[in-house]
Amino acid sequence: MDHGHATAQALPQQVHHDSKQGQQHPLGIYFVIWGLLFVLSAFSYGVDYFGFHGLARWSLILLFMWLKAGLIVAVFMHMRWERSPLMYAILVPPLLLAVLVGLMSMESDYTFWTRIIFFGFE
Amino acid sequence: MADHAIAEPRAELRGLESFIADWSGDQEAFKRVHWGKAMMWIFLVSDTFVFGCFLTSYMTVRSSTTMPWPNASEVFALTIGGQEIPLILIAIMTFILISSSGTMALAVNYGYRHDRTKTMLLMLATAAFGATFVSMQAFEWTKLILEGVRPWGNPWGAPQFGSAFFMITGFHGLHVSIGVIYLITIAIKVKRGDYERKGNYEVVEIAGLYWHFVDLVWVFIFAFFYLW
Repeated sequence: MDHGHATAQALPQQVHHDSKQGQQHPLGIYFVIWGLLFVLSAFSYGVDYFGFHGLARWSLILLFMWLKAGLIVAVFMHMRWERSPLMYAILVPPLLLAVLVGLMSMESDYTFWTRIIFFGFE
Repeated sequence: MADHAIAEPRAELRGLESFIADWSGDQEAFKRVHWGKAMMWIFLVSDTFVFGCFLTSYMTVRSSTTMPWPNASEVFALTIGGQEIPLILIAIMTFILISSSGTMALAVNYGYRHDRTKTMLLMLATAAFGATFVSMQAFEWTKLILEGVRPWGNPWGAPQFGSAFFMITGFHGLHVSIGVIYLITIAIKVKRGDYERKGNYEVVEIAGLYWHFVDLVWVFIFAFFYLW
């Protein structure tokens, strides 16, 4: 281990970065994604404008939201071209938020019924 | 062999295997990734948790209240030409922010082409879109405050509406404002030739990551706060 550490110290700290290693892609893909984001935003605005309700409303909202988020992260933020160690380190931890959402929805259900039972409706 | 392992990231590994190889590599977790980019991503993950907490709190107060939640579609409607259009201001703000993301993506691309003037102009265009967005938000806040929305109450229903609205959109607006300053700073440095001397335009991409993140957060706020 000591040997490995010493070697690491002696070597240059970082692989050289020149512009060839940066994220360089044809311009066309950005215009395509830009257009798609506009269309998807128009669709999600349409969900409200045309007054969808119930299951259709929230499933459409979630669908367009995830598609937009996915396009932004994958293409504009170049995640699909990054190395997988970075991808895993960035995209996996936010999944923990699902635990928080789950816990808090149970909690709010409890609060809601406590309010109904002890205070009644306003 | 040891030298080889350190100097050369093991490019032949893919997916989960390369993740494990990098993270057990005892020297550097993100090989061939600019340190600034890795740090910006880690900052953005922590910011994801901040906004995640805001949106989760919003979900909690909204689903635990026994009073009706104000209808965002009506609250954020504007009367244009004698006709009331639901949520129109928010829709325009959404399109402005998406446009700013587009110009930012192009700026990153022109940066790597070492086209300093175009990079600067595109970054300034992005900042201008951002400033427009914040101005519209200021208009929206003014309108709601004049209508009597406060963090502790409003004329239409559940009092939690105001606190969720001011905290979430305020924190997002703060991010946009900081982003505008950040972009203008980097744009000036691009034009001045700071990155030409270093031969490295990754700084523009890192600023872009921050900006796209601000747009990304807005996607979630738009869906959950305004449309739900």
